This record gives sequence, structure tokens and C-alpha cells, in this order.
Amino acid sequence: MSHVAVQDARPATPAPRKGSLSARSLPRWAGAGFAVVSIALAIGIGLAFDLQSKVQWGLIAALLFILVSYAVTTAVENKRQAKDRVATSLVWVCFILAVIPLASLLWTTISRGTKVLNGYFLSHSMAGVPGFETGGGVYHALIGTLEQVGIATLISAPLGLLAAVYLVEYGKGTLAKAVTFFVDVMTGIPSIVAGLFILTLMLMFDLGPSGFMGSLALSILMLPVVVRSTEEMLKLVPNELREASLALGVPKWRTILKVVLPTAIGGITTGVMLAIARIAGETAPIMLLVFGNQLINTNPFQGAQSSLPFYIWEQYRVGSDAAYDRAWAAALVLIAFVMILNLVARGIARWKAPKTGR
Amino acid sequence: MAKRIDVSGLSAYYGAHKAIDDISMTVEPRSVTAFIGPSGCGKSTFLRTLNRMHEVTPGGRVEGKVLLDDENLYGSAVDPVAVRRTVGMVFQRPNPFPTMSIFDNVAAGLRLNGKFKKNELADVVEKSLKGANLWNEVKDRLNKPGSGLSGGQQQRLCIARAIAVEPDVLLMDEPCSALDPISTLAIEDLIGELKERFTIVIVTHNMQQAARVSDRTAFFNLSAVGQPGKLIEIDETERIFSNPSVQATEDYISGRFG
Repeated sequence: MSHVAVQDARPATPAPRKGSLSARSLPRWAGAGFAVVSIALAIGIGLAFDLQSKVQWGLIAALLFILVSYAVTTAVENKRQAKDRVATSLVWVCFILAVIPLASLLWTTISRGTKVLNGYFLSHSMAGVPGFETGGGVYHALIGTLEQVGIATLISAPLGLLAAVYLVEYGKGTLAKAVTFFVDVMTGIPSIVAGLFILTLMLMFDLGPSGFMGSLALSILMLPVVVRSTEEMLKLVPNELREASLALGVPKWRTILKVVLPTAIGGITTGVMLAIARIAGETAPIMLLVFGNQLINTNPFQGAQSSLPFYIWEQYRVGSDAAYDRAWAAALVLIAFVMILNLVARGIARWKAPKTGR
Repeated sequence: MAKRIDVSGLSAYYGAHKAIDDISMTVEPRSVTAFIGPSGCGKSTFLRTLNRMHEVTPGGRVEGKVLLDDENLYGSAVDPVAVRRTVGMVFQRPNPFPTMSIFDNVAAGLRLNGKFKKNELADVVEKSLKGANLWNEVKDRLNKPGSGLSGGQQQRLCIARAIAVEPDVLLMDEPCSALDPISTLAIEDLIGELKERFTIVIVTHNMQQAARVSDRTAFFNLSAVGQPGKLIEIDETERIFSNPSVQATEDYISGRFG
């Protein structure tokens, strides 16, 4: 093919005239500049009026930030740009307000939790350690949490998965509507109610407290979350894929097993992991049904166990400095546990996600 | 093993809504039959009744008979799954399975039906991809995901997937409407080759395409929006495009309405 050279030399840009498309604009760092100015002003005001609370300082700074950016932008650019900037600023302020408690919580837990967190703490129980003395560890609680959460997952993940498959692939009419409704209701069950429900069963059949009883209560709490998230993931699978498989003469159950579930498996795993994260921090049913224990009990079906959230509550109740340190360290362990679960879920989701590469 | 399709008195419904009304026609084996007509006239619905995919849609049901070499597809003892193994389908939008590689996509029909021998699988995949004129383009990357191919290649992959299970009839629902002219040409050539082995029914909005690829053409129409679609006439493609027996067909083909 022969190419005709394309003439792309533009005439020199003329100076902007009134009515042209370009206008005066603030530099890109203007937002950061406004932030610095308003924070400095807020500190000045805070010192001048002797305001004690740093929260007041922050709120004044946020307010000043919005006012300053609106005023300056109106003056330099125009009203529309100013409104745009105020909207953007509001979003940023809300974002920072939302992040502050999170960051503060993480910071407090890490700074207070690392004091006693070490290999000894992770590998020893509280056997023979009086609450007000230093020493002891979280091993028995860690074992308890892993076992109780593990059993709860084994119970509710398959049940929830199958229930969601029923709702999306088979369920029609009143039964499906009823199931959806009650799943929604179950999402709102307070954990203590689930605990009491299992407690009545426990008393009815004359059983003792054990990790398994706690698992049953936890699986009641976990089930609706699994159903809900799996349902949403299955709904995202395009109908075209189901039809493609059915049109190949593949039976419906195999279509679900081999096409629908593999396509959604990443999202389903994430949902299950998030459900696990939710129940890992439950305390109330553990108090009622697992009872708590200072010693290592690796058998979830016999005798009282401990768990991380229970351990935190128990240590904080003792009220000595040593116990506080242990409580914070256990909190850090619990957060790390949940975080690792989330990372694993993300890893699986990425690994299993439908591939698009060439 | 191409088979003849004999449809008599077929009506299809979505819930209470009647989508197509009392259609009777014969589709000859080893030929291409094209369905043309305005949108909403029930071409696709009718196509989907030919392999019992219509009833997959919630509320979908069918009255009438579809004979495939004298066996009624809607007989009470007939298993829809078996019907769909005999009558394959290619859809409007390419829909390869996103979790599977190119190889697995083609092998999907055999694998998911569980009736295959491991050593034969590679041969079937190669044969099907060659049959779909895709082999040369993908033979070096069979284990790459199928969704990484271009639209036209994906559609040919879907055709390869459909012919891998050796159906007797191949239904195509506007297989080229999402493709560029070059991919369209590739698929039209392919249709010409496939009709040696299969009975092919194709729905298309492209009149030239119908004229190019089909031996017989059926024209569908509906009297008004919300009314069920009807078969106006079916005849040799040449006659339909030169001298149709119904005025409405001529109006539609010459662009006077619709």
C-alpha cells in the first residue's frame, strides 16, 4: 500500500481569547496546597483558642479545607469548577474519616499486641499461670478457634453452597422465595440467640459443653452469609454458558458442576472466607457452649475449650497489666488470622478467575 | 449422518404469550436452510424448539410435533439431553467456556458427557478444529484460554465445540452478527463445507448471507407487535430471492418494509 504522508503540523496555539475553550486553571498541586494551608490554619486556631481535643482540630481543618478550596477556585476558575472541587473534597474528607478509626485500631492493636507476642506466647497455654502474673500463652485458644471454625466451615460451606445452587439453578415459586426470605432473616440473627438455641438442644439431650457445640452455633451464623454470597456469584455466571453446555447435550447437573461452579469458584471461595472471618470473632456462643478453658484441649467433641475472642475477653476481665498485654496480643493474633484468610481468599480468587490472556 | 426434520403444527409459548403460531415445514438433510424475517418474528424461538432449548427458558413450552427422521422430539419418552446431543447449536454471541483452554473447550462436549477414550480425545479435537478451519491458527496454543481468541476465532471455536460431539443437525442462531466481514466469510465458507456432513439451519438478518449460503430459505413475519410470528413461505433460495410467491416476502427482501 502506498502511504500519503499525513500532514499533522498544527498552527501555533493562539493566545486564549474570550469564548475559547481554554480558561485559567489552578495548578495540579492546588488540592494538596489547600490541605496544607487549612491544616496550618486549624493548628493556629487550635493553639490560639487553646482547644484541647485533637478531634476538634481535625474537624476545623476539614471544614477549612472545603471552604478554602471553594473560595479560591471560585476566584481563580469559576463556580462550576468550585462545586466540582467541593464535591471531590467531601469525598476525600469522608474517606479519611472512615480510614482514621481503622488505622487507629490497627495501630493500637499492633503497638500493644507486640509486647508479649512471641514464639512462647503462641506455643503455651495458661496452665498454672495466675491471671495477674506475666507468662502464659494463647496456644489453647488458637487450637480452639481453629477447630471450632474449621468444623463450622465443614458444616455450613457445603450446605450453603448447595442451598445457593438450588436457589439459582432450580428454585422457582414459593419455596425458593421462602428460603430466600428466611436466609435474609437468618443473616440478622444475633450470635447470642444462635448460642441460646444450641444451648437448649444441649440441655435437652443432656450434653456437656464442647467445641463442637460452639461449632454448631457458629455454623448457624455462617450459613446465611455463605448462601447469600454464593447466590450472588452464581447469578453472575452468564446464562449463555449454561445454554452452551446444555446445547452440547450435557445434563443440567453436570452443567452446574463442570461449567457454572468452576466459573464462579473464585467468588464463592472469597464469600466462604469472609463468612469464616465473620464467625472467627464471635464470643457469645463460645461463652455459652464452649465454656472456656485454661488448659489445652485438642478434642473438640469432649470437654470445654477456649477460643481467641473468649481468651481476649477473659484476660481483659482479669484487669492486671500482664493480662491486658496478653489480651492485646491475642487480639493481634485474631486479626492476623482473619487477614491471612482474606489473603488466601484473594489468592484463590485470582488463581481460579477465568483467564483472559492470549 | 444428517437427518431430515419434519415440523408440523408447532406453536411455542413464553408463559401465556404465544411466540410462534402453527408452523409446519420440512428441512432436507445435507442442506442449508436459512430463516429470515424481521426482529421478534420468532425465528430464534423456532430454532430453539428444534433441539428443545426453548423449554430451558422459564415459562417456555411447545405444542406440536418435530420429527427427526420419524422420531418425535416432543414424544413423552424422549430425553431432552439426548435430543441436544443429536441436534447441536451455535449461538449469536461466541460463548467459549472461560475457565477452559482451547483444547478443553472443544473436548467439553465429550468430556462432560463422560463418553470418550483418552487417546481418541486429541484426534477428535484436531478433527473438529480442522473442520472449523481453526486448526492452523490455534494448534500451537491449544492449552491457552479460549477467551483469548478474537471474536471470529471464538465463534469458530464454538462451531468446533458443537461438531465435536458429531451431531446430526447443526442449528446456528445468527452466528455472524457479532463478526467482521472477513470472519463472516470464513464462517460462510465453513457452512458450505459442513453441509456435506450435517443438516444445517441458520437464522440470519443478512439477506445476502441467506442468498449466499442457503439452499432453501424460510421467511417469517408477524402481523403486529405482540402477535405470534408465522411462517410466510419456504422455498428454494433462488425462487425466494427472485420470484417469491407471497407479496410480503418480496416487500421484505426488497426493503419496502421491515
